[in-house]
Amino acid sequence: MSEPIVELRRAVKEYVLGALRVTALRGIDLRIGAGEYAVVMGASGSGKSTLLNLLGCLDHLSSGDYLLGGQSVANLSDAELSEIRSRRIGFIFQSYNLIPQLNVLENIEVPLFYQGVHEAEARDRAQALAARMGLSDRLRHKPMELSGGQQQRVAIARSLVCDPILMLADEPTGNLDSKTGHEILELIDELHAEGKTIVMVTHDDDIAHRAQRVVRFLDGQIVSNERNGAARP
Amino acid sequence: MRPERMVKLAVKNLGQYKLRAGLTMLGIIFGVCSVVAMLSVGEGANREIQEKIQRLGSKNILLKSVKVPQEEGDNASSRRMLARYGLTYVDAEELSRDVPNLVASTPMKILRFDVQYKARRLQTDVVATTPWYLRVQNHRMVRGRFLAGADMEFGSPVCVVGSRLARILFAGYDPIGQTLSIDGDAYTVVGVVGDIAQGEVATSNELWLEGENQNVYIPLRTYLQKRGDLFAQWSQGGSTFEQVELHELILTIDHQENVVRAVDAVRRVLKKNHAKEDFSVVVPLELIRQARETRRLFNIVLGSIAAISLIVGGIGIMNIMLATVSERTREIGIRRALGARRRDIVLQFLTETLILSISGGVVGLLFGALIPMAITALTGVKTVLTFPAFAIAFLVSVTVSVVFGIYPARRAALMDPIEALRHE
Ligand SMILES: Nc1ncnc2c1ncn2[C@@H]1O[C@H](COP(=O)(O)OP(=O)(O)O)[C@@H](O)[C@H]1O
Ligand SMILES: [Mg+2]
Repeated sequence: MSEPIVELRRAVKEYVLGALRVTALRGIDLRIGAGEYAVVMGASGSGKSTLLNLLGCLDHLSSGDYLLGGQSVANLSDAELSEIRSRRIGFIFQSYNLIPQLNVLENIEVPLFYQGVHEAEARDRAQALAARMGLSDRLRHKPMELSGGQQQRVAIARSLVCDPILMLADEPTGNLDSKTGHEILELIDELHAEGKTIVMVTHDDDIAHRAQRVVRFLDGQIVSNERNGAARP
Repeated sequence: MRPERMVKLAVKNLGQYKLRAGLTMLGIIFGVCSVVAMLSVGEGANREIQEKIQRLGSKNILLKSVKVPQEEGDNASSRRMLARYGLTYVDAEELSRDVPNLVASTPMKILRFDVQYKARRLQTDVVATTPWYLRVQNHRMVRGRFLAGADMEFGSPVCVVGSRLARILFAGYDPIGQTLSIDGDAYTVVGVVGDIAQGEVATSNELWLEGENQNVYIPLRTYLQKRGDLFAQWSQGGSTFEQVELHELILTIDHQENVVRAVDAVRRVLKKNHAKEDFSVVVPLELIRQARETRRLFNIVLGSIAAISLIVGGIGIMNIMLATVSERTREIGIRRALGARRRDIVLQFLTETLILSISGGVVGLLFGALIPMAITALTGVKTVLTFPAFAIAFLVSVTVSVVFGIYPARRAALMDPIEALRHE
C-alpha cells in the first residue's frame, strides 16, 4: 500500500451523556492509502458517522491516535482543526447541507471564503467546478430551487473547491433515487480516477463493489477490512 | 475572511429576515432618536439660561426694592395710605463708598405710566435712570443718542424709547424730535434703543423679561424734579401712595473674581440700613453657577433615560440575534465543517449586529435631528443640535449593540460543530 493518508491507531470514541457513556468506536486500527477509495459499511448506529467525523477533524478522539497525512491531530487547537478542515478535507453529506440563502456559486465558494481567497479567483474556481458538475445554467439558483441530485452536485463541487487530500462522503446517495444516485456515484468514481482519496459510508452492497476497500463495522468495531479484488485497477 | 465579503455576507443574511431586521432596527432608531432629542432639548435649555444670565451681566449685582406686607399687629400702620419701602439714596451713597472694586452704580426708578403720542396712548414701564445705564446693560442704540450727562445736569425733559414702543407709538413718523407725553408731562424723544434681546435688565419682579423693548428711558434727575419720590398707585381698595426712592440699583464690579467679595459688602450695608428685607440681591454670577449645577443634574437625568432606551434597544438586538443564531444552527455547523474558525463565526454574527445597529443608528440620527426641529416649531422650546450629541448617540448605540451582540455570536461560535450539523 502507498503512503497512508489516514491512519487510526486504537481509536476510541466515547460519548458522555450525563451518567451514560456510549462507546461509538472501540479501539479501531485503520489505514487508508493515498488515492484509495474505501467504503465503510455497517448497521445503523455501528459508528460509521462517528468515524467520518473524526477523520474530518470535526471531533476529537477519546483515546488513541489519528494521523492525517502523517501528522497527528490529537493535540491541535480548534483553530488548527478548522484550518485542516478548510484546506485538506472535503465533506459530502447525505442531506447535502447547502446554505439556503446562498445561490449555487456562493455555496461552492464558502470554503474559499475562510481561506481569504480573492473574490474574483473564488468566483472563477467555483464557476469551473459548477460547469464540471453540469450546473452552469443553475449558478444563480438557490438550493431550494434545485433537485436533490443537483444539490448533491453543488455539495460535491463545494467539497472539491479547496482541492482536498481527503474526501469524506456520508451516505451521499441516501436521499436520492437510484438513477440520480448512480450519477453521483459515477462522479465519485471519476474523482477517484483522478487520484482523490475517498472514504464513503454506505448501506448499499451494490455500491461496495465500486471501491477498492470495504470496511465493515459492527458495534463500533471493524469486523472486516478487505481489499476489493473486483474493483477497477 | 475579508471584511468586505463579511459585510456582503451579513447583508445577504439579514436580507432573509427583512421584517425582523427592520423591527430590531426600530429599537435602535428610537434609542438614538431619544438620545439626540434629549441632548438637544437639554442643550437648548442650557443655552437659553446661560444667555439670559449672561445678559444680566456676570460682573453686575442687581438690587431691587421689594414691597413687604405690613405686619398684622402693627395697628397704626396697618391701614396706612403711604407705603414706604425699598432702596434709598442713602443706600446708594453708602454702597458707592463701601463696596470694593465698584466701577459703576446705576440707580433706576421704574414706574408704570400712560404714555401718549398724538392720539395713541398706551401703558408702559418708564425707567428713570442715568446715562451709563446703556453701557452697563450692553444696550444698542438704533437711532439717535441715549441720555447724556447734560440731560442729568439740567434735568432736561428728554426721553429715549425702546424700539418696539417706537414702532407701535410712532408708526409712520420719525420718533426723533417728537414730543411724547408721559403721564401728562412732555418729553422730547432723542433716541431709539434696541430690543431687550440685545441686553435689557428685567423691569418687573421677574428675573428677566423676554421680548422686545417697550420701555421709555428718561433722566433720573428730570423725573425727580418733576415728581419726587411719591408715587400714587390705584389698586382695588382705592388709591395708595408708595414712596420708593430707588426701584433698582445695578452695581458693576471691575472683575468677576471680585464679585463675591463685593456681594458680602453689599449685604452688610443693606442689613445695617434696613430693618426689614425690603430689597433683593440678585447676583448673575451665582445664577450662572447654579445654572451649571442644574445643568449637570439635568444631564444626568436625561442621560439615564437615554441610556435606558439604548439598553432596551440593545436587549432587542440580543433577543433577535439569539433567535437568529438558534435558527441558523445548522448553517453554523456547515460553515464549521467547511473550515470556519470560531472567530469567523463570531465575526459573522457581530458583523450582522453591527450592520443592524449602524444603519439603525444612522436612521435614528436623521429622525433625531428632525424631532428637536419639530419640538421647536410646535412648542417654541429652544433646542440645539450639537455634534457631540450626534457622536455620543451614535457611538453609544453601536457600543451597546456590540456588547449585546457578543453573547449570541459567542454562543454560535462555541456550538459543537457535529451537534450543529445534526440540528434540524
Ligand atoms: N453526539 C452523540 N452523543 C451521544 N451519542 C452519540 C452521538 N453521536 C453518535 N452517538 C452514538 O454513537 C453510536 C454510533 O453512531 P453513528 O456513528 O452515528 O452511527 P452510524 O452512522 O453508523 O449510524 C450510536 O450508538 C449513537 O447513538
Ligand atoms: Mg450515520
